[in-house]
Amino acid sequence: MESATIPARPARRPRDVVAEFISRFGLIAILLILPVAYGIQDLQNEGDLSRLATNIKDGLSNGAIWALIAVGYTLVYGIIELINFAHGDLFMIGSFVSFTLMGTIGLTVATGGFGLFFGLLLILVLAMVACGSLNVMIERVGYRPLRGAPRLAPLITAVGFSFILQNVGLLWLGGSHRGVPDLIESQKVFFTFLGVPVSHGDVLALAVTAPLVILLINFINLSRIGRAMRATAQDPQAARLMGINVDTTISFTFLLGGLMAGAAGLIYALYQTDVWFFAGFTAGLISFTAAVMGGIGNLKGAVLGGLIIGIIQQISDNRIGTEWTPAIVFAFLILILVFRPQGLLGEQTREAG
Amino acid sequence: MTATAQRLRRNAQAAGPRSRTAARIATAAAILAVALLPFFYDSGSPFIEDSTVALVYVVMALGLNIVVGFAGLLDLGYVAFFAIGAYTVGWFGSSFFSSRNIHVGVAEQLTNLPGIHLNWLIVVVIAACFTALAGAILGFPTLRLRGDYIAIVTLAFGEIIGRIAVNSDEGVFGIGDFNLTNGRRGITPVDKIDLPFVERFTTLDLRPWYWTALGLALIVLFINFRLRDSRLGRAWIAVREDEVAAVSMGIPTVRVKLLAYALGASMGGMAGAFLGSFYNTVNADQFEFSFSIFVLAMIILGGLGSIWGVVLGAILLSFINTRLIPDVLNTLPSEVGLDFDLTQLGFGIFGFLLVIMMVLRPQGLLPEKRHKAEFAHAGDEDIVREVQA
Repeated sequence: MESATIPARPARRPRDVVAEFISRFGLIAILLILPVAYGIQDLQNEGDLSRLATNIKDGLSNGAIWALIAVGYTLVYGIIELINFAHGDLFMIGSFVSFTLMGTIGLTVATGGFGLFFGLLLILVLAMVACGSLNVMIERVGYRPLRGAPRLAPLITAVGFSFILQNVGLLWLGGSHRGVPDLIESQKVFFTFLGVPVSHGDVLALAVTAPLVILLINFINLSRIGRAMRATAQDPQAARLMGINVDTTISFTFLLGGLMAGAAGLIYALYQTDVWFFAGFTAGLISFTAAVMGGIGNLKGAVLGGLIIGIIQQISDNRIGTEWTPAIVFAFLILILVFRPQGLLGEQTREAG
Repeated sequence: MTATAQRLRRNAQAAGPRSRTAARIATAAAILAVALLPFFYDSGSPFIEDSTVALVYVVMALGLNIVVGFAGLLDLGYVAFFAIGAYTVGWFGSSFFSSRNIHVGVAEQLTNLPGIHLNWLIVVVIAACFTALAGAILGFPTLRLRGDYIAIVTLAFGEIIGRIAVNSDEGVFGIGDFNLTNGRRGITPVDKIDLPFVERFTTLDLRPWYWTALGLALIVLFINFRLRDSRLGRAWIAVREDEVAAVSMGIPTVRVKLLAYALGASMGGMAGAFLGSFYNTVNADQFEFSFSIFVLAMIILGGLGSIWGVVLGAILLSFINTRLIPDVLNTLPSEVGLDFDLTQLGFGIFGFLLVIMMVLRPQGLLPEKRHKAEFAHAGDEDIVREVQA
């Protein structure tokens, strides 16, 4: 009886199939355009792929920095659905803290290996703590009073804080690029793998990023406060009813995001050997693109997105021209949002539905 | 019904015919006073220059207000439309494309120059059309998105246009070697505005510029009022307040949103076409992200969606930018013993202003009543419904 009442499933129209296919694989296809195109070009012109492989390797280490920043975006977005616009500039402050501390501690190119290691470790911790507490303060002053206000309001304060931090940077180290002492000889080749030279900087970027990200993901999945964060992200009201202190949890989320941004700041300063007050703006947008690409609110997605964006950026830097890279990354951002707003690993969200 | 709602309703009732006439007289008097203002200053005085710029900013802010204030679509890439409008006057009103020789409705002296020279009135129409088209193109990818995502797409769009402006002196995206924008060197000189029946504008006498800007501002102001009270304006507000409800009421949200982008953008384009001619240069450095925020700060300061508030915000911020920071406050850091140039901090101050406004007075200086109720009782849905009724 019952089975007879179930209506026959409507036949899937070809249009729907195409739309679903585009939604599922369109983004991946878009992402593959640049590497595949230049890979073919390399094969034709040079006969091997070592140039592309070098691009990808450089892209991965750059991407590690973007991944650390993107994690901060995605954490905050996941919990209060706010694009923390000031996050990129927070990263810039992290690079400035690192730069200043190098001078204070007295690390120079001549410092020995042992002293260098512990000095940098100390700077890493201090930069992380500085950015983490700054981020918590920004949340306390700028976002918490606006928790019940229309959604545009905290976004606008975030933009305001972004400008304030930029100007702090401008006052701190001036308007021009500052060279950072090349403490780790970041361009020096460490080893060669399949014809691709891997430099000190690459090793550093991956050696700092990978443990931090693994630690963070496990912390959020396993610890008590991590569970509170996930609960708050799902439903703040219900979380409060369950006895979770929502405000503290949100502050803690900002702290974690800030810690990652501080670490990214130090790696950036060592890897690029250059800090600039305006670097945070572009870095922030690139990392946000990474977070969206991976699926905002999804930590693994943010890391994956960061690495992919790093590769795209590096290919564009190397082949098309550094001056066009931001435009190309932003074009990718728009394409992602058009074709697959939920990103590679993300779920459908209220925002991007 | 709570006290706030009662008060709001009383205010609404108080606005009877008599007070409306009074308001009209006051508006007419204010416009007259503003129009006569240049006679109290030298024809080339910097005050007139700053006021002209302020009036152009009013045009831009009113345009952005349509998108952000009325339709509730946060646009962080408004500078793109300024850029497109300015480049329109750069392309069609200068000797930049020197291999072409087109002259339409321009003065005798210009007909001997190479390049494309169209009368400014034609250029401003082209600029409005170009930017409206660009606005619709920008709007298209944002249709499926909401809130913050729209902000990011518009920001990315503004940045892409900015990058094209800076880098397109040798090909666009590294393709070809066509000089589209002349990059940071800029397109200069740009033809002066040349209206029929009056003398050609000069850089020495700024009064005609001022009046043209005032005319532009008044036209845009009028359009804004008519739009707000139109069917389209109500549709925008409905989309802003609750998109799902708006759709179920039969509002064609796609068309409504695209119109908001296109109309808002065209006002930015007209302002850009004016400023390109007024500054006598179209330079890629003018089109930075911070400018979008500058215009956004104007409408937030005044009050999102409130037309008079936006006008006030634009004039205030414009004068803070051109007068207060460089002239009055510039000696302040050295007086308190600090060593920096305050003009460097212009945008830090605007950022600070944004934060302060949002935390202390999010509804703006002259709030729109709907927004006022929303902010005063965030989460208290009844009030909002009361006001809307």
